[in-house]
Parts: sequence; C-alpha cells; structure tokens
Amino acid sequence: MANFFKDNSDLVFTLNNLELEEIADLREENYKFASEFENAPTNFADALDNYNRVLSVVGEICGDRIEPRSRTVDAEGPKFADGVVTYHPLTVQNLKDLTQAGVMGVMLDHKFGGLNFPVSVYTMMTEMVSRADGSLQNIFGLQDIAETINFFGSDEQREKYLPKFASGEYDGSMDLTEPDFGSDLQSVRLRAWQDEKTGQWYLNGMKRFITNGCAKVHLVLARSEEGTTDGRGLSMFICEACPQLVVRRIENKLGIHGVATTELQYNDVPAQLCGKRRFGLIKYVMSLMNGARVAISGQAVGIAEAAYREARKYASERIQFKKSIDQFPAIYDMLSLMKVKLTAARALLYETTRVVDLRNGYTHLVEHGGDAVTAEDRARQKYYNKVAAVLTPMCKALATEMVNQIAYDAIQIHGGTGFMKDFNAERFYRDARITNIYEGTTQLQIVAAIGGVIQRDNDQRIAELAGLGYTGKLARLRDKVMALHARQLEAVKFVAERKDPAYHDLMARSLVEMETYIFVGLLLLRDAMKCEAREAIAERFVLDSIPEFEKRFMRVVSGDVTLIDNNRDIIDY
Amino acid sequence: MSYTVLVFVKQVPDTQNISGDAMTPEGTVNRAALPAIFNPEDLNALELALQLKDRYGARVVVATMGMPAAAEVLRQSLYRGADEAVLVTDRALAGADTLATSYTLSCCAKKIGKVDLILCGRQAIDGDTAQVGPQIAEKLKMPQICYVEEVVEVGNGRIVARRAIDGGYEVLEAPLPALLTVIDANDPRPMNAKRIMKYKRARTPSEVAKAHPNANYTDGQTVDDELKALAANGLLIHEYNASDIGADPSRIGFPGSPTKVKQVMSVVLTASEAKSVPATAEGINLLIHELISDHTLG
Repeated sequence: MANFFKDNSDLVFTLNNLELEEIADLREENYKFASEFENAPTNFADALDNYNRVLSVVGEICGDRIEPRSRTVDAEGPKFADGVVTYHPLTVQNLKDLTQAGVMGVMLDHKFGGLNFPVSVYTMMTEMVSRADGSLQNIFGLQDIAETINFFGSDEQREKYLPKFASGEYDGSMDLTEPDFGSDLQSVRLRAWQDEKTGQWYLNGMKRFITNGCAKVHLVLARSEEGTTDGRGLSMFICEACPQLVVRRIENKLGIHGVATTELQYNDVPAQLCGKRRFGLIKYVMSLMNGARVAISGQAVGIAEAAYREARKYASERIQFKKSIDQFPAIYDMLSLMKVKLTAARALLYETTRVVDLRNGYTHLVEHGGDAVTAEDRARQKYYNKVAAVLTPMCKALATEMVNQIAYDAIQIHGGTGFMKDFNAERFYRDARITNIYEGTTQLQIVAAIGGVIQRDNDQRIAELAGLGYTGKLARLRDKVMALHARQLEAVKFVAERKDPAYHDLMARSLVEMETYIFVGLLLLRDAMKCEAREAIAERFVLDSIPEFEKRFMRVVSGDVTLIDNNRDIIDY
Repeated sequence: MSYTVLVFVKQVPDTQNISGDAMTPEGTVNRAALPAIFNPEDLNALELALQLKDRYGARVVVATMGMPAAAEVLRQSLYRGADEAVLVTDRALAGADTLATSYTLSCCAKKIGKVDLILCGRQAIDGDTAQVGPQIAEKLKMPQICYVEEVVEVGNGRIVARRAIDGGYEVLEAPLPALLTVIDANDPRPMNAKRIMKYKRARTPSEVAKAHPNANYTDGQTVDDELKALAANGLLIHEYNASDIGADPSRIGFPGSPTKVKQVMSVVLTASEAKSVPATAEGINLLIHELISDHTLG
C-alpha cells in the first residue's frame, strides 16, 4: 500500500502551491470545454481537484504495482530476436495499468481523448513513474511525440494519430541520432526523397540509440533538401512501423534496462512530412527536445527520490558502534545535502514547467485567439518563451547532475552492501547515469542556457521573487542571495566585455551554475515563506551555495586564459 | 447479446493495515481508527464483471448495503468502469448478520430486476464468513459457483467458470442467471482518470439533500432540480431504503439476525525461535542472502 504521490510531502506541497490557476484558465480556455466534455472541469478548484485525484491514482499504481516489478524488469529486460523487440511481460503489464488508468494522453486536448492537463502535472507523473522504474519513463514519456504532432502536424495527422496515442494503442519514438551525429544534429544524413509522380516521401538511412525504436509511430529527422549540409536542409517526418523499417539490434546498456534502445535501418520507408519543409530541426525538433529535456529532468528527480529514500532508510536501520549510522555527523551531513539538492532540483523543475505551461498557454492564445488577443497577451507569450528557453536547460543540467551525485552518495551510505546487486542502490546509480547524457549532455545544456544568462533573461523573475514580503531570517537569507546576484551581474559583465569567445565558452558552466544558485535559492525562500517546515532546507541551500558561488566567481573574474593556451600540454603529457 | 451483471460490494474497515489503536480496550474493533476501504475480493468480483463487459458487452450494476458513506465504494466502482450504482441504506438494516444481509441483498437484486449474473467477492475482510454470496443464491434460487478464479466463457444461456479447489481447480457449467463468488485471482484494474473526472460528481439523493441542510420550500425545488440534472447525466446513484426493496422488517437488521457475538478476543501469535534451513546449496544461499539483508553479515 504505497502511494508515491501521497507519501511525498514535497510533491503534494508543490502541486498545491504552484499557482496553477492562470495555467488552468488558459488550458481550459476559461472552462468552455465543460459543456462539451463530461470530464472537463468547470472552474479552477475543479481542475485542481482533478489533478490531485489523478496524481493520487498514478501514485498508487507506481507504488503498488510498478515499483515491486522494477527489479525483475531491470534484471531481465526486453528480448530481441529476428528483428522483433519483445518487452518484458512486467513492462507490458506496467503499460497496461497506465493505459487502463487513462494516463497515456495526459496533455492531449479533450477532443482527442486526452486529459488536457498541463505539463506541470504531467511532469509529476513522470517523476513518480521514474521513482518506481526509471526505464519505464522512457516509454511513458514518449507522450511528447503526440504533443509534437499536436503542435506542428496537420489536422489530418492529428485526427489520425492523437486519439490512438490517448487510448494507448499507439506508442512513439523520436528518431534523431545517427551513428555519426549525436550532439551535432544539424549534420544528420538520413535521406528523405519524394516520388515526383505521387508526391509520396520515402526515408533511407540509419538511426542509432533510438529509445523504443520498435514503436508504432516514429518522428524522424531527415535531410529532405538534396545538396544541403546544415540544419536548414532538414525536415521532420512521421512514419509507421512497417517491413521496410528494420530494427537491426538492441543495445546492451549500463542502465535503464527495461526499455529497448535500438538501431534502425530505413529501406525506403514511406513517410509523411510533418509541418513545413526545412523547419525540421530548427523549429520542431528543438521544441520536441525541449519538451523531452523537461521530462528527463523529471526522470532525474524521480530516480533521485528513490535513491535518497533508500539511503535514508538504510542509514536509519544500519547499526554500527551501537547506534544507527544516521546519527554520525559524516552521514547526516551527506543525507541532508542529498535532501537539499533533491528539493532544490524539484523547485527548479516545477518553476520551469510552470513557465513552459504559461508559454504554451499564451502561444495557443496568440495563435488561435483571433481578435480577442491583446498586446499584453503577445508580450506575455514572448516573455515566457524567452524565460522557458533559459530555464529548461538550466533545469536539466541541475537535475541530472544532482541525481548522479545523490545516487553516488546513496551507494556510499550503504557501504559494501550498496555495491551488491541484491540492493536497489546500484540500480539507481546505473539508471541515473544516462540522464545527463541524452537529450543533450550537460555540456550542451550550458551552451543552450548561457545566452539567457548573459542577456539577463531571469532578472525580472529574480526581482519578483526577491520582492516577496520576507521577514526575519528569510529576509536575511534573501539579502545574502541578492548579494550574490550583484556579483553575478559583475561576473557577466566581466565576461561579456572581454569579447573572447573561447573565454566565454570556458566560463559558461560556472556562470550558469552561479545563476542556478541564485534562482533556486529564491525559489526555496519563496516556498519557506509559505511553509515553515521548509525553512531549514532553504537556509541550508543558501548558506551552502555561498562558497560554491564564490569559488566559481573567483575563477570567472580571474581572467585566467592559461588553459586556453596550454590545454594540450596538460592533456598530451 | 449484452448481459446485465450485478456486483455486490462492501465498504469495510481496513484490517490489513492495522495501527496501534485498532482495538478498543474492551476488545472490539475500533472502526473510527481504521480507514474504510473497498473490500479486496469485491474488487476482484468487479474486475471479473468488467472483463465480461470488455469481452461480451455488459451493463455492470454495482450495489452495496451500508451507511450513507458507503456511496464512496460505489463511486470507486464507477471510476473503474461500472455503469450504474445502487446504495441500500436504512437505519433498520443496522446490526445485520449474514442471514439478514443476504436477505436484504436478495430483495435488492429483485428490485433491480432481470440480471444474468450476480458476482460477489468470496468474503469480506471484516467478517471472513464467505456466507453472504451463497445465501443470496439460495434465496434467489440461482445456481452458484464459489471460489471462482476466472470465467471461461458465457454463451447460449450458460456460463462456464473455473474455480479453485484444494490442490487444483475444477471447471463448472451453470445455466444463467447464476451467482459467482470470486477469489483473489485477478489483478483489479486501476481507476481511470477520465472516469474519475466525470463520476466524482456522482451523488446519492441523500448526499444531494445533505448539501442543502436548510431545506425549505425553495431548497426542495433546488434539490429536485439537481437530482434531475444528475439523472440526466448518468450521475445519480440510486438509493433505496428497506421498504423500497420490499424487505420484511422482521427479517432485516438486528431483529432478523440470529447470530449473537459472545466474545471478541485479540489473539497474539508468538513467533517460533527456531528455523530450519534445507541442507542444499540453494537453502544455504538463501540463508546467506537473508543474513546479508538483515546485516548479520557484510
């Protein structure tokens, strides 16, 4: 009788304090769907009640059904023979449970059979599924594919695919990476050619490391413009599983064993163009990847939650020197740090989803609102778009590095026991390791976030958060954070004024991490103001972040360029 | 053809997750300290009904006898896929033993009308008698198959079901209508998100009335309007009292219950200190793992 929603006070707090009202109003278009769909909410209280109830159902499925199956799924995994991938029977049962619970089209419109829930609530499900079985998220999370078809596909494509995604009949995969191109997607080679007579498109080439490549529906990035070599020659295509689409092998991986990671060969696979030609990478895949980056951040937080709980439980039960080891400073220091990092990552994750939801809401309003759209609405859409673009990579970098640290420490707290396969700690460590690699490595998240940090895209929100009515200790902590903010402006100015691209790139990670300490510090203070029990966590985070910030600050404003000059001397010695 | 399947369910105190104050000092069950849950094997019965609905098409009606608060298990049935719900509630029904309960439920079944199949959980976790299902069948003069694991098939006015027996199973056939009691042999489906969002609004008439505590002439009209709106949207939970179902007052509740509880005891089982380990490589391997996991080793 475990409920991964109800047993998680931080998650319940987050749902009820995220101020989702504006988001729900936009999503439900002022609750106009209630007259047409019997399950649509009639007001915000009704919508929030739905979110709570459905999260509770998913929490129960995760705790009572999925988690107990996760060890076997990890040990046995999917099978591959004669070009056919067969998922583990328990993975199939997991998907059946989630399908029967009606949560395979969480964000899709009511009219396509979806729940029309915001990204924020969907991400909470992502987190719980990942806590129960990290690998299952890689199949559950492919709902993002339906979302991409919803955003950019034609009406016919929406009608054809979305209801079947919502009912769980269709599953998806996003086919981007190729043997020679991963981070460098603009060089993708898989060829799309069009039969001049019929207008039919065909795909030819290879894709590698494709999660759930045995899916029924694929979104494929392919080169439609012959003779081009960059991102502007790429388009996005939809194709379906067929004999010409061959699964060549499944990978033997360190972690996330439950999901099949495949190599695909396209032998003139019939396909449909999704959206406009040449916009494949620059618009659609970037949108798809940004959605997936939020989902992977959710996966990271979920695995971290599982690893933290395992460590905390073990430390409270393991007796050495006649007392439980969590009473020793060395251990409670680690456990506290793990909990603070986990809470920090969750705070940034849901601030990110909130902004993504607002961006989606105002984008929809601006595109479909007709004459009712005001200049204010347009300004909001632009603003949230800008902030989402910096928070998404910041969040992924923080959450996925955090889960690796927590999973590492969880093994450390277990000692030798944690090294054994009999315990869960080693599985969390293996499952966590991919999160800061796929959907863009941390190094690429920094590249994506640094522009917004230099441009100070977060300053409006930072000012809002700093201006909340703090008193006493929280006001003093706020002042400490804002002192860091003043130094951050100084550091940004220092780097910008040097106009040295190599130095800019070298310092980018420090600058993004410094920004994260400030931003998350303020989020945790905001939450502590709403709930006194969170004060100790906020205080720990802010106080710990000061030396971390200073270390990076010193490096950034040092102007030390020696590494640019002598890195080969070091690497090649 | 489409079938009508009636499932009897019960709201019970959660005796599987007992907290410290589960028993009163007098040795009786402290119902206030135990959360009320859906009786587990009744969920298996509901799941079997929903599987028949998936296979053959069926109208699944769920009914319960209980306090007004038992409407919650009816809503949970609707969340999982039931089509209609019936609450039988009346102060006169209080104190019923299995005889009075089965009589009341048989009256309820007659009130509901023609059904092809009645499903019950084998037994409820608060009483563990396993008597109510069979007694309903006897009162309705229906054939019964108890301890059912799965339905093999339904067709031509007959049902074939597999039931658990000591050391194995047997497959039985019965003419319809029939009553089945169901054991914990299937995996009840989870509640469905969209059905929750719809049926969380389902109400019994007394719940609607309770929401308007100062019922006067105008409120009476409001209540009527609300009931009509609920019924029009399939959200009305039918509610019957003892006279609605034509029950004989002498056969229900306390007066209709010959069973008298003499004594309730809290029994504590003591654990044995010794443990035998088979002298095989596997037995020793298991023991070593056990010692590692309780930290005696490692």
